[in-house]
Amino acid sequence: MPALGADMDWGIVIEWLKQPGDVLSRGDIVAVVETQKGAIEIEVFEDGVLEEIKVEPGRKVPVGEVLALIRGAGEAAAEPDVVPPPPEEPKPVTAPVTTAAPAIPVQEGLRISPAARREAERRGIDPAAVAAGPDGIIGLREIESAAPAPPRAAGPKGLDLDEMRKAIAAAMARSKREIPHYYVSRTIDVSLLMDWLATENARRPVEARLLYAAPLLKAAARALTKSPQLNGRFEEGVFRPSGAVHIGAATAIRGGGLIAPAIHDADTLGLDQLMDKLRDLVARVRGGRLRSSEMMDPTVTLSNLGEDTADAMYPVIYPPQVAIIGCGAIVERPWVVDGKVVPRNLMTVSVAGDHRVSDGRMAAQFLNRFDRLLQTPEAL
Amino acid sequence: MTDDELAELIKSTLTGVAPDIEGEEFDPDETFREQFEIDSMDFLNFVIALHKATGVEIPEADYPQLQTLSGAIAYMKSHGKGD
Repeated sequence: MPALGADMDWGIVIEWLKQPGDVLSRGDIVAVVETQKGAIEIEVFEDGVLEEIKVEPGRKVPVGEVLALIRGAGEAAAEPDVVPPPPEEPKPVTAPVTTAAPAIPVQEGLRISPAARREAERRGIDPAAVAAGPDGIIGLREIESAAPAPPRAAGPKGLDLDEMRKAIAAAMARSKREIPHYYVSRTIDVSLLMDWLATENARRPVEARLLYAAPLLKAAARALTKSPQLNGRFEEGVFRPSGAVHIGAATAIRGGGLIAPAIHDADTLGLDQLMDKLRDLVARVRGGRLRSSEMMDPTVTLSNLGEDTADAMYPVIYPPQVAIIGCGAIVERPWVVDGKVVPRNLMTVSVAGDHRVSDGRMAAQFLNRFDRLLQTPEAL
Repeated sequence: MTDDELAELIKSTLTGVAPDIEGEEFDPDETFREQFEIDSMDFLNFVIALHKATGVEIPEADYPQLQTLSGAIAYMKSHGKGD
């Protein structure tokens, strides 16, 4: 069971999409796991053959538990009659565990998802009296069909906002406990960016229009390639900078809650590609499914508050990352340009950094570069 | 289209891009952002869907007129979609 983020300590296998004997390629989705942040698709990281499924659907298992065995390409198949063991053991489908995962007792006999259990509690239904679905687990569908629907619960279907709040609380408490945060901020004149965007969008059909989040992500990613101390992971007492910039794009969930799945290699993507990725991510945060790599890979997070919100934010780092960038709303304010006070569109950008890895000066240099890149949006 | 038909079209278009608000009551004069936490990505998707449903060209400069149900109805009427 991979740790799909610092705040995860258990997961429930919902279904296996591959069966023993199936040939797997890197990136294939093998299973769907229910977590506190909704259903996540589990990808494999290498080629091979699915040898054995160790955890059947419906079981709640702690992070680190082996879900299945994959025989790598070129490794000998295990044959019961042959004595010599294969040179390499099949690799377990799991991920490095970043936190000690407490063993979680599994409720014997009853196979029910946490969302379904909460929903059952809310409706006053005894889960033991509900027939399991075709996969042998009691899910939301089974609970919902067991009683007339009550008023709509806040939040997207299948996502338990109370569980998500617990997950956020755990990750943020860990962050505030372990990470010595510092903050720097800079007010950036984004008038040129907004003018360029207005001109660009005026000549684009509505389907191809850009949100300013796309150039923000691109400029941040490019600036981060020169700030290795802000981009990477701090694990087991060691900071490992990341060569690639995988920006977690913080996305709010209606009713409360937040997920920041990764946009991989954001520095190498064009604005249209970034816009497509963002659209896809938001859609899957809201209604669909995120992938395990998107949950595990972010090397830094960008949180963009958006229109009509607040002028600035003081974000909290999502461990094991070492920095988070917070963009306030764009506001029109008086600003001095060439000795004259003129109205300009301004955005206050904050960086929270991890003092175990970097200092405020490095984050200030990042903000300088970020500002410069935003002054030539056409070159992004 | 009558005002009621336009209202239904606009509601179903918004619900189409934000399925989790299905069944919600609409306050005609409150912004979608205030009522339903519609963010800029949802709103862009709403404008795209509204354009597809009606054929009305909606330049970015007109977005503020579409932030409420009553505003969106008035906008569609002023673009030839009323009775």
